[in-house]
Amino acid sequence: MIAQRVGTTALRRVAGKPNVFFTANVARLGLAQPLSMTQTRPVATQKLTPADGSALLAKQRLNRPVSPHLDVYDKQQTWFGGSIWMRITGSAFSGSLYVFATAYLAAPLLGWHLESASLAASFGALPFAVKGGLKFLAAWPFTFHAFNGVRHLLFDMAYGFKRQTIVKSGWYIWGASIVGGLYLAFFL
Amino acid sequence: MAALRSSAARLLGAASRPALRAATAPTSAPAAVRGMAQVADAQQHSQTASGDQANLKTFQIYRWNPDTPTEKPKMQSYTLDLNKTGPMVLDALIRIKNELDPTLTFRRSCREGICGSCAMNINGTNTLACLCRIPAEDSAEMKIYPLPHTYVVKDLVPDLTQFYKQYKSIKPYLQRDTPAEDGKEYRQSKADRKKLDGLYECILCACCSTSCPSYWWNSEEYLGPAILLQSYRWLVDSRDEKTAQRKDALNNSMSLYRCHTILNCTRTCPKGLNPGLAIAQIKKEMAF
Repeated sequence: MIAQRVGTTALRRVAGKPNVFFTANVARLGLAQPLSMTQTRPVATQKLTPADGSALLAKQRLNRPVSPHLDVYDKQQTWFGGSIWMRITGSAFSGSLYVFATAYLAAPLLGWHLESASLAASFGALPFAVKGGLKFLAAWPFTFHAFNGVRHLLFDMAYGFKRQTIVKSGWYIWGASIVGGLYLAFFL
Repeated sequence: MAALRSSAARLLGAASRPALRAATAPTSAPAAVRGMAQVADAQQHSQTASGDQANLKTFQIYRWNPDTPTEKPKMQSYTLDLNKTGPMVLDALIRIKNELDPTLTFRRSCREGICGSCAMNINGTNTLACLCRIPAEDSAEMKIYPLPHTYVVKDLVPDLTQFYKQYKSIKPYLQRDTPAEDGKEYRQSKADRKKLDGLYECILCACCSTSCPSYWWNSEEYLGPAILLQSYRWLVDSRDEKTAQRKDALNNSMSLYRCHTILNCTRTCPKGLNPGLAIAQIKKEMAF
């Protein structure tokens, strides 16, 4: 390879000697092609003024698509991330509090019975599995939010940032919150 | 060099080179050494060729051409024989460009993970193509996209203008008013120098920033993990005297506090750095 290069540079030097007339004609005749080892590209280029260039760039930018993100990124990180589920569970809790509080406020006007006694009576009439399922719907978000909240507090103190720790603690919280949620739902 | 040379050229070289080498060998010793390496190379290839166990792998690559902007971005498949390809994804991309489709466009420069040009989304996570091995054991297709939620210039080339502008905005240079004590250089204790380890190695490949959902939705104002890691690099530098101003610039709801410790950044960094930790350190320093 190196030896070949030496040959090429020698050839180029010969071609680049001050005999301008000769080299120019060689190029025109197309004889320079077999002598040269440089890559030729079939793409033609044209000169642009800086203003034209930036106008072209602005036009191109209008057309540029946004590369795919949520649907191509590692599902494990985007869909099971502790951060987004922290937000989902938190929003679910505060949202349901608002819904229930408003309904409780409107109940006397609308003739609904949302007092603790009537709620407890209607809940008690449900079969065990349904009771447990409904409780789990509230218990799992609670345990998840609580455990992950502790993890976030540790993050705030700059603990637990090792790569393996991040992955592992994420899965531990999923496991612990599901086990904890099942316990609260069915054994309490 | 080996990666840049197409394997077809290598196979041809196996036939043509010995003669050439005989003619040119006396010129220099290094050329002869190189020639022997190539002969070994060629033997290896003839073995795999005679063994004809083609280890095929399909790469699905995101394509979009700015010359035909109305055409939607699409995935294009290319199949390569891994026995004739280098071990890294970048080798495969270069080989596709050389042999299958010269229109495939991507950035690359150093091919050893120090320039950060070939950052892209490979099989779901952002990494440098030159540091990412092609998994040889499974035959699953590899999916290659440009960095997520960036404007695509062409194929795998993202527009990083905003990213670089944000980098410029944090003033990534030493700011100091007092002259050095000895009039020569700004000295630093070993302990202070150690604080920069894990920060100065960042090559600004943008893998972490473009892995961050928070940065996807707020890249106009949120600085993103890479730039915040660099911010911290200047905040902890004992020689820098504008720490208070630097902190002040971050003290708003968007620049720093859009970080919700999702930590995709730390998990994706191809250099093994920890932008998540750096951001947590900044938050901690701002709080106490």
